[in-house]
Amino acid sequence: MKSGFLQPLDLVARNITPFIITMLLIIISAIPTRIPEFSYIAPVLPLMAIYHWSIYRPDLLPAWAVFALGILQDALVGTPFGVSSLVFLAVHLVVLSQQVFFTGKSFAVVWIGFSMVSAAAFIMTWILVSIYFGQSTGLLGVFFQYLVTLGSFPVLTWILMVWQQKMLPQE
Amino acid sequence: MGDRIMNVILIGASLAMLVVGKADPQFMEGVRSNISDVAAPILETLARPISNAEKVISEIGTISEIRAENESLRGENERLLQWQSAARKLEIENRQLKGLLNFAPGAEPGFITAGIIADTGGSFVRSILANAGSRNGVKKGNAVITSDGLVGRVQGVGRRSSRILLITDLNSRIPVVIESTRTRAIMAGDNSERPKLIHLPPGATVSPGDRVVTSGHGGAFPPGIQIGIVTTVDEKGIFLQPFVHRERIEFVRIVDYGLKGILDADSAAEGAGVSR
Repeated sequence: MKSGFLQPLDLVARNITPFIITMLLIIISAIPTRIPEFSYIAPVLPLMAIYHWSIYRPDLLPAWAVFALGILQDALVGTPFGVSSLVFLAVHLVVLSQQVFFTGKSFAVVWIGFSMVSAAAFIMTWILVSIYFGQSTGLLGVFFQYLVTLGSFPVLTWILMVWQQKMLPQE
Repeated sequence: MGDRIMNVILIGASLAMLVVGKADPQFMEGVRSNISDVAAPILETLARPISNAEKVISEIGTISEIRAENESLRGENERLLQWQSAARKLEIENRQLKGLLNFAPGAEPGFITAGIIADTGGSFVRSILANAGSRNGVKKGNAVITSDGLVGRVQGVGRRSSRILLITDLNSRIPVVIESTRTRAIMAGDNSERPKLIHLPPGATVSPGDRVVTSGHGGAFPPGIQIGIVTTVDEKGIFLQPFVHRERIEFVRIVDYGLKGILDADSAAEGAGVSR
């Protein structure tokens, strides 16, 4: 291990990684892929990350961090400011309130949980944006984006899980 | 307890942002541009290796098609040469007629070439981020075009980046005309790939295959920038297929038609497909 003097620094660096990773996921999502039609249905990566950290390490991704990530998401995606902050906070708080339920549950249960939480998150985003613009933004695209997000959940969760077990100090 | 207060504050702040965004869009657009500016260098760095990898893959894919492509290019070249001679004749004729009329040419547009650094997808808005901003001379409301046609217009400008609202976005409204019949209409985006034509004069006939270009009304765009082709006309509405495909946009021209600056107008015109 590191010397006694560097250790606290090392700990801080590791502890902020959940925030940094989620931030990077937002930025990565914005990179042009040049795959036809993909950008409309691209998975909402930060949603999965916020769900994940809210279940396993809410101590490392507090509400204010979730709020800040929402602002970044809105800024880059172009959705009205406040929408993603509200949706991310809602996901965070709902998951926190179900902490007891999620503890020690299998991956399948966590995935099913995500299918419900993310469905609510997409509907909430759709309602907020549609109210803001005064017209529906279209539901079909939202539905496909939801499916793609749900389908890519295991892959990202696996990566986050590995990181959590290898890199993060255990509680 | 402290957590609960914090949550209430954060939710309140989110709602406040929504209200402020609605009441003062300019202000929130400024905030957005500032954040985009900070992210722009990161995005640019990240986008580079991806586009390189794509190039390698697409190159491998195209080697086999080169022969066929060569053949079709030869044919196209021949056709284009004919067009070129036609254009030369028309240019001369145009110049002579202008001379006869004492025609004073209008201001020539200035343009800025920019790369696309973010295609921020999702099902709610249709916008992209370009790596040129106010320091390059981009202004809000500028037209954005590629050699295929109209892409959209500049919605927000940061120092080094700008956000482009695509013509397919829900909030995009562009005055257009059907090229052959000169029927006026408004092209309205609805977040789908195919924008709709609305507000046509009563009795207007539009049929699939008609070309749609900007009309120049409202002063947002000059007339004649090509947009797309009408694909379907039915009771649901009139839909068109834009010439510009979002996923193929790598570089765009941001054109300030309101500028007095004199630049290479010929290439801007030919690039935009501007018929003047």
